[in-house]
Amino acid sequence: MSEIAPRTRTALAPPVVVATALAVAGLVLLVFGATTPVLIAPAKAAIALLGIGLFLNGASRVGKALAGPGFDVLFWASAAWLVLLALAIVFVDWLPLGEDRDVAATVTEPVFGIPTFTGTHPLGTNGSGLDLLARSLYGARSSLLISLTAVVVGTIVGGLIGIVAGYFRKAVDRVVGMATNSLLAVPPLILLIALATVLEPRLRNVALSLSLLTIPGMVRLSRATTVAYANREFVTAARAMGAKRSRIMARELLPNVLLPIMSLAVVMISVLIVAEASLSFLGLGIQPPEPTWGNMIAEGEGDVFEAHPHIVLVPGAFLFLTVFAFNIVGEKARQRWDSRSVKL
Amino acid sequence: MTLAPHAPATPEPARPALTVRDLVVEFPVGRGQKVHAVSGVDLDLPAGRTLGILGESGCGKSTVGRALIQLPPPDAGTVRLGAEELTALGPEELRRARARIQIIMQDPVSALNPRRKVKDLVWEGPSIWGRAAADKDAEVDAILRSVGLDPATVRDRRPHELSGGQCQRVCIARALMLDPEVLICDEPVSSLDVSVQAQILNLLETTTRERGLSMVFIAHDVSVVKNVSDQVMVMYLGKVCEVLPSDGMHLAAVHPYTRLLLASLPEAQRGRSDALAHASASAEPAAVAAELPSPLDPPSGCRFRTRCPLATDRCAEEAPGLLEIAPGHRIACHHIESTRSLP
Amino acid sequence: MGLPERETVTSAPVPLLQATDVATVFRTPRGAMRAVDGVSLSLARGETLGIVGESGSGKSVLGRTLMGLITDGPETSVTGSVLLGGNDVHALTPAGRRTLWGTEVAMVFQDPMTSLNPVKKIGRHLSESVRLHLGLSRAESRDRAVDLLCQVGIPEPARRAGQYPHELSGGMRQRVVIAMALACGPRLLIADEPTTALDVTVQKQILDLLQSLGEELRMATILISHDLGTIAGRTDRVAVMYAGRLVEHARTAEVFDNPRHPYSRALIASIPHLDLSPHTLLPAIEGRPPNLLNPPAGCRFAPRCVVATDLCTTQSPALTGRAGDDTGGAVACHHPLGAAKEATV
Repeated sequence: MSEIAPRTRTALAPPVVVATALAVAGLVLLVFGATTPVLIAPAKAAIALLGIGLFLNGASRVGKALAGPGFDVLFWASAAWLVLLALAIVFVDWLPLGEDRDVAATVTEPVFGIPTFTGTHPLGTNGSGLDLLARSLYGARSSLLISLTAVVVGTIVGGLIGIVAGYFRKAVDRVVGMATNSLLAVPPLILLIALATVLEPRLRNVALSLSLLTIPGMVRLSRATTVAYANREFVTAARAMGAKRSRIMARELLPNVLLPIMSLAVVMISVLIVAEASLSFLGLGIQPPEPTWGNMIAEGEGDVFEAHPHIVLVPGAFLFLTVFAFNIVGEKARQRWDSRSVKL
Repeated sequence: MTLAPHAPATPEPARPALTVRDLVVEFPVGRGQKVHAVSGVDLDLPAGRTLGILGESGCGKSTVGRALIQLPPPDAGTVRLGAEELTALGPEELRRARARIQIIMQDPVSALNPRRKVKDLVWEGPSIWGRAAADKDAEVDAILRSVGLDPATVRDRRPHELSGGQCQRVCIARALMLDPEVLICDEPVSSLDVSVQAQILNLLETTTRERGLSMVFIAHDVSVVKNVSDQVMVMYLGKVCEVLPSDGMHLAAVHPYTRLLLASLPEAQRGRSDALAHASASAEPAAVAAELPSPLDPPSGCRFRTRCPLATDRCAEEAPGLLEIAPGHRIACHHIESTRSLP
Repeated sequence: MGLPERETVTSAPVPLLQATDVATVFRTPRGAMRAVDGVSLSLARGETLGIVGESGSGKSVLGRTLMGLITDGPETSVTGSVLLGGNDVHALTPAGRRTLWGTEVAMVFQDPMTSLNPVKKIGRHLSESVRLHLGLSRAESRDRAVDLLCQVGIPEPARRAGQYPHELSGGMRQRVVIAMALACGPRLLIADEPTTALDVTVQKQILDLLQSLGEELRMATILISHDLGTIAGRTDRVAVMYAGRLVEHARTAEVFDNPRHPYSRALIASIPHLDLSPHTLLPAIEGRPPNLLNPPAGCRFAPRCVVATDLCTTQSPALTGRAGDDTGGAVACHHPLGAAKEATV
């Protein structure tokens, strides 16, 4: 369907100039707030936040003027963050960063360095003098790898089980229903602790135990969607043409079940990032010195957070922004796919 | 403009396309109760002819249609497609036999997978049966053209980008792709607009004639069924009330229920003749306030007796069988004589 | 608040409903959709009018605009005026409009199941609106509810009042919806496809009921339908809509026996009827209705019309009196079909 949004083609009308000025002023404020040495921390934070707000507002106006009223600045900012993070993760080995895990190499570095957003340790250092930016990026690598693997495994396994249960119903459905219900009845944290005591805390094992958390939800969604579609007349039509059951599940049901499942998967990514961080915080996930966002936050235990809040705030900010971005992108994807299926 | 029936004029065509005996379909609804959807229906469809099944919602006409393609298979009775007994086949043989009998459904939008393009939807049958994709484009275009669609504009569209009438044409094209012997049409025009309805009825008419297809046409609208059929079967609560030739059926119909259906027809569809005046006068009083009984617990004896102006004690005790009162005209009513002698 | 004054019986024949040049435009992301485009209608007390059109012709939107359910707002624009018993529906405040609903005008929708609240008993559906509008006591309103059910031909009304909607059949539910519409004695009833969701034998019963109620209560009725068949012989006048405009508006028998607009004629001809022998090809209208986001210039039926000329594709025909019709009928066509021409092709 061709989306012909009415675009205003007035070249740089006054509102656009104002909006651009707003965005630039916001950026300036943000940079000033982050780097200025003259102000105390709360004032700097307030200026930086004001800058972010102004920038987003200005960018939103510019976007709306250039790309039509459908422009969603939060979505694009979220997408930009995710792309930036993905690039950083891929190229982290080649970036000029400080030491991230070898304590022996950092004896000469300052400990608990304050974030200055400039210099060799832009986000500061931790108690052992390790660079927080490097640790956050390497941490992002394991955190995202774990949660993405878990979601992919959970989506494939849960989705397939759900389609089979929803199409065959009867005994298969009852067994699957019983299994998912029992899995849901065990408190997730207890399940993870139990698994952590048995399995070695390696990336693959953590990912697999986290995928167990996503499977029941996936099974339920995919089963419910399958049941709704299995009664539609196009499935009857396919059977009337002589299609086998495997073909009906793969060709008729799967494409229709895929979209709602995918939008749940995107939301699940952010849930699992938090879950992985919680596991690491409890000491059940990836073990230090290998960094993850969870065990970085765990370093703030005790009095450390009070004295050096940035130890927790830096990985916390990464976690927050990433989860937030995944939620925004997931929500946008869901809306898009939902509105399409409503039209059908 | 009027066309002669497309089958040869011999009174009894030799080859039956579809023969159904004593079809029974029941659905369990829990607590030991069953919906008696179809109770003992016989049906004969000669090759190249069209049989109309007429009735209101809940009369079991759609269930008969689904039982003919064995989706789901009937609880009892036999369905023979040509010489092959579908009800006796194993799953794999049945799967093969199904291609010979295709169904067109009421809601054309729902009958098409929303995620597929028209060309893939139409090619679905051949792809199930493992045909090479080499001829795909040419054959899909040819079949789309034959159902009155422009291949260039619709080939790459998805169902939600088409109108209801266009979707129904795609459904017909998809069914024809398998070159079936029998086409089952389950209310194919009732979700369409009046002007589109005429287009689709015409398309079915020309298609069945050109290809020599046999058709079972299921609908609730008397004038539509009469327009496409050679023979009409009227159903009420899972049983057959009357079977009669469609030509002149509005004059020949004798079963009180058939007469009620005719009398309920809006003026515009009755045509100019006043032939129905007596039918509407005789059936109307009974229609007021009468409710369709529950198919969970259908009335004893004749199932129409609770709404019938002629009902007597005998109707409650004994279910009437189908009796032939004229060539090709059978009726299930204890009061055949009195219905015929109605003013 | 603009409470309508009940006109006295002796008053001059002021029309009950007077709609002038009504246009309803939906602002969609893909442009303005002119669902109703300059429709004028009037209806006297006790008169019945049928509005016929295919899906997308704007007939339901027109019905809702006449009632004031669709009003000028951020996503729609309504222009023209709708005078109902002397009040301009679209100039009233929302509260003013609500006082009209039920007492002056009421609506019956297509699907009786969605018009009824599944967790509310039948009796409460009726008694609540009666108590609200007429200020009756609890016991009085209960009696009124039973009376209403009796009036719409529901057997055992007292028992039915204690039942839930799902315990009733489709036809019974539509009778309840009609009873709800009648509860406060409206002077105009708008029925939007009241029988489309019902069985054939029930359809006739409901249409008969609407007809007899209209006569009995001297209530004006607008019957909206996609099916000419349901309107034939049931209304005084018929308005045929195509792509948001009225193409023909005349006495019902005139439209059926002597349609002057090519669209009306083609629509009537495309209905199968019992006089046709089996396997007759129907004279179908080829093509599809236009896209209302981008309607063709001139007459909107021109691309599908068999008698269209260059004039039709450039200039839009106005609704003018039908030649040889002294009953006030009107047709919007540059080449209206002659009075002498046979209705059948």
